[in-house]
Amino acid sequence: MIDFLNSIIVLLNFIIIPGISYGSQLALGALGVTFVYAILRFANFAHGEIMSFGAMITILFTWFFQSQNIDLGILPTALLALPIGIIATIILCIISDKFVFQYYRYQKSVPVVLAMVSIGVMFVINAIIRIIIGTETIKFSDGQKFIMKAKQFKGMTGLNEGLALKSSQVITILITIALLTFTFWFLQKTKTGKSMRAFSDNEDLALLSGINPDRVVFITWVIVGVLACVAGTLYGLDKSYKPLIYLNLVLPIFASAIVGGIGNPFGAVVGGYIIAFSEIMITYAYKKFFIYLLPTSLEPSGLVQLLSTDYKFAVSFSILVIVLLIRPSGIFRGRVL
Amino acid sequence: MNNLIGKNLTAGYGGVDIIKDINLQVNEGEIVVIVGPNGAGKSTAMKALLGMLSLTSGSVEYSNEEISSMLPQNRINLGLAFVPQTNNVFTGMTVEENLEMGGFLREDDIIHTINDIYELFPILKEKRNQSAGELSGGQRQQVAFGRALMTKPKILMLDEPTAGVSPIVMDELFSRIIEVRKTGVGILMVEQNAKQALGIADRGYVLVNGKNSREGSGEELLNNPEVRKSFLGG
Amino acid sequence: MISLFILVGFVQGWSVSLVILNMCIVSAIMTMGVNISWGYAGVINFGVMGFLAMGGLAAVLVSYPPITEAWKAGGTGIGISFVLLIILITAVVYINKIVKKKTNRYIINALIIFFGTLIIRHFYLNATASIEDVNPAIEGFLGGLGLPIIFSWIVGGFFAAGVAFVIGKVALGLRSDYLAIVTLGISEIVVSVLKHEEWLSRGVKNVIGLKRPVPYEINLQNTDWFINLITYLNTSKLNDIIDVSQRQKVLNKLIIDGSSIFVKLSYAFLFLIVMFIIFYFANKAQLSPWGRMMRAIRDNEIAANAMGKDVVKQHLIIFVIGAAIVGVAGAMLVTLDGLFTPSSYRPLRFTFIIWIMVIVGGSGNNLGAIYGGFVIWFAWIEAAPITTFIINQLTAGLDPTNTLRLHLLDSVPYFRYLLMGLILLLILRYRPKGIIPEKIRHS
Repeated sequence: MIDFLNSIIVLLNFIIIPGISYGSQLALGALGVTFVYAILRFANFAHGEIMSFGAMITILFTWFFQSQNIDLGILPTALLALPIGIIATIILCIISDKFVFQYYRYQKSVPVVLAMVSIGVMFVINAIIRIIIGTETIKFSDGQKFIMKAKQFKGMTGLNEGLALKSSQVITILITIALLTFTFWFLQKTKTGKSMRAFSDNEDLALLSGINPDRVVFITWVIVGVLACVAGTLYGLDKSYKPLIYLNLVLPIFASAIVGGIGNPFGAVVGGYIIAFSEIMITYAYKKFFIYLLPTSLEPSGLVQLLSTDYKFAVSFSILVIVLLIRPSGIFRGRVL
Repeated sequence: MNNLIGKNLTAGYGGVDIIKDINLQVNEGEIVVIVGPNGAGKSTAMKALLGMLSLTSGSVEYSNEEISSMLPQNRINLGLAFVPQTNNVFTGMTVEENLEMGGFLREDDIIHTINDIYELFPILKEKRNQSAGELSGGQRQQVAFGRALMTKPKILMLDEPTAGVSPIVMDELFSRIIEVRKTGVGILMVEQNAKQALGIADRGYVLVNGKNSREGSGEELLNNPEVRKSFLGG
Repeated sequence: MISLFILVGFVQGWSVSLVILNMCIVSAIMTMGVNISWGYAGVINFGVMGFLAMGGLAAVLVSYPPITEAWKAGGTGIGISFVLLIILITAVVYINKIVKKKTNRYIINALIIFFGTLIIRHFYLNATASIEDVNPAIEGFLGGLGLPIIFSWIVGGFFAAGVAFVIGKVALGLRSDYLAIVTLGISEIVVSVLKHEEWLSRGVKNVIGLKRPVPYEINLQNTDWFINLITYLNTSKLNDIIDVSQRQKVLNKLIIDGSSIFVKLSYAFLFLIVMFIIFYFANKAQLSPWGRMMRAIRDNEIAANAMGKDVVKQHLIIFVIGAAIVGVAGAMLVTLDGLFTPSSYRPLRFTFIIWIMVIVGGSGNNLGAIYGGFVIWFAWIEAAPITTFIINQLTAGLDPTNTLRLHLLDSVPYFRYLLMGLILLLILRYRPKGIIPEKIRHS
């Protein structure tokens, strides 16, 4: 019985909790990509850089607050700086739309051209980030690091295995729940949200109903800015901020959005968790888990790992390819917001 | 009295004029049908009236007000409404949401209008929480209809409302159109099923090769031997 | 363009100019590869990085001498796993043919793949571990064939084509933005395999000291004909120096400089030959009926389909050809560097920059592709010195220790990304057909 509990704790500690928090970050990112795809109808390669930009602004203001000795006690100061980061990210999105994307929207350019354009935007934002903050890894989480340390847990329960709960993980999960609830409430219940769904569903008919496309696009960028900045900051809080990692993060984010059914916000969220859990589950070494569960004679000699952690990114892509082969529209039929 | 008049309309796509010097008029409370062979420019004429393509020459007037350079959205605000031939519902949204979107521009309470529409199309009330994409062709047309009526238009334009539906559903739709007319709405429609459409029409226009060829009351056109020969199948 | 190289030659030295020139040529070849699939047929290929890496792998496998010890240690194991892998794939293909019901097919396949992988892993892991144990500091991989590296240019093309064939089979037929994402993702997988399969490519430990197709500087410096050549070229200059030992010193320096330039010129010569060959055939193909059909497919896929052209098959062909050319360029790149570093393959540098070259040059035009390759690579390299110059000018009024100025000067290398982004955005906005647009021939 104790062994069984221990094995559950192992799973909880190394797979479920990290999976949920990484999944939440991917889900928020994928939701942003999906919004752009559903309303503006292109694959936004710049999304990772937008996330990185938001996190960068948040960090800059976190530093500022820290230098002024303003903090939130046990909570990370970054939460205080986050609203400023969000506003800056929204402004970035609106500016890039006004100066870049808008032109092609009015021209009714094909999606591929817009995707190319987003690559240009990606380069520019990437350069801005490098110029402002450099390329070094930055740790900016302060406040209380753990809600529960592995040792405390062991002391409390008397089990062999510890369960650590980082505050960044809990914050990630709570913020994600709040943000997702708000987003879906907005889409389902408010007039503006419904008009966005209508625009995504049938652009011409939305125009005929008097829905103003510029307003829909504006609100889309506001939402994308919020989601991207929060996702970027949470990822940075959880795993320390690496300005260039977000470029690599774009791929699992796209994978999440497509696996769930691109253009479908619910699908994007589910896709995020699917990708996160498969990345972690397929590359986790289950040796410890089996040691608890199986009798000594059957104990595994190897690591019991399906794939080495080197292939983490490859996992998300293999899933993407498989999904595209079996069900190209994604798990939840895509392309309707 | 509200009316919509197109005077000497010339318009087309990409520099090629499809309709040439066309005159059309719809008054409040009447059904006007545009008939003609394929490619005669029937739908184009309607789109020109709504402002969905720019005029080469001619003008559009609504209740004695020149609206030729107005955006389609603003014309809708004035009291025009349009039901496209295809893709005329939000497939991913429920019936009720479709109606709400129809009333997007309205600031007042739209619940009464929605109830009026449910009275007109009882089936929609039954299916109010179903997504429009799951409905049958005829039901979809009713949703499209209802969506356009949400702005309480004075003039309603229908682009082939009965395309692709069965004869029974067609009759049903036509009887709805007559009911809508009773509320004082002027209806302009393009129809392939010319015989039935002219049967309910107050007036009709025949377009050939992008030009006015004939006009008259529905009955007149129905009984005109030349019209009968050309597109009513004898 | 030529005058730019001459300018760099005078300002920064001929050696620098030639280094840039060589990379420009390689970039131009990559660009032609992408241009063939995108410009001719509208097939998007964001997997450039992966195909370059395959070309690079070819360079290693062709030119590195075989490591017999490693073969002895793990060759059989690798061989067995390879054979098993083929059996596994055949089994899956066979099952797909005979089992009709979809769900059953998926379940059976999943089971076969799962257990098959377990068995293969057993042989494979043992083999790779023992291979990687062989002299890990400098070897630890199977090595190659020990052939002249120039063969790898062709082999690299085939490697890339092979990978492209598999990708194409899986992904072509998807909408183009999906295809972009999928090819980008698969190229990441290719690179991560090369990074982590040390028995094959030494992974992140890199392979260095690949043999060159051109002479080494040090050998040249001791070769009589080369010394004579340099002496002859500089006769008047040398005659001016009266002191014998002084003259010898000057001559030595000239020989050292000359040897480095000579090596780079030889590379440039070889690369130019390849570039012209590819250019010739690419142009010829574009003008042929086949090229015309490709354009027809690009401009109206539905119509082409209706006319009985097998669009997916043609797309696959052109995707593979384009990838093969990129693979050739990949092998040339590694040849030029003399080393293979899997971790240096990053999408920003090796996929997106190449795409900027294609778009800037003018998609659908081979001359444009070459031009784009030259211009963008030149801008990429020269961005840093130019930025330094501009920053110095702009901040001239500021104190030399001013933090803003210092920060900006520290960030000089990053301005090239800004430049690239701006170039791409400006071209897409104001010259959407590129600098040299495709000539539309009505034939």
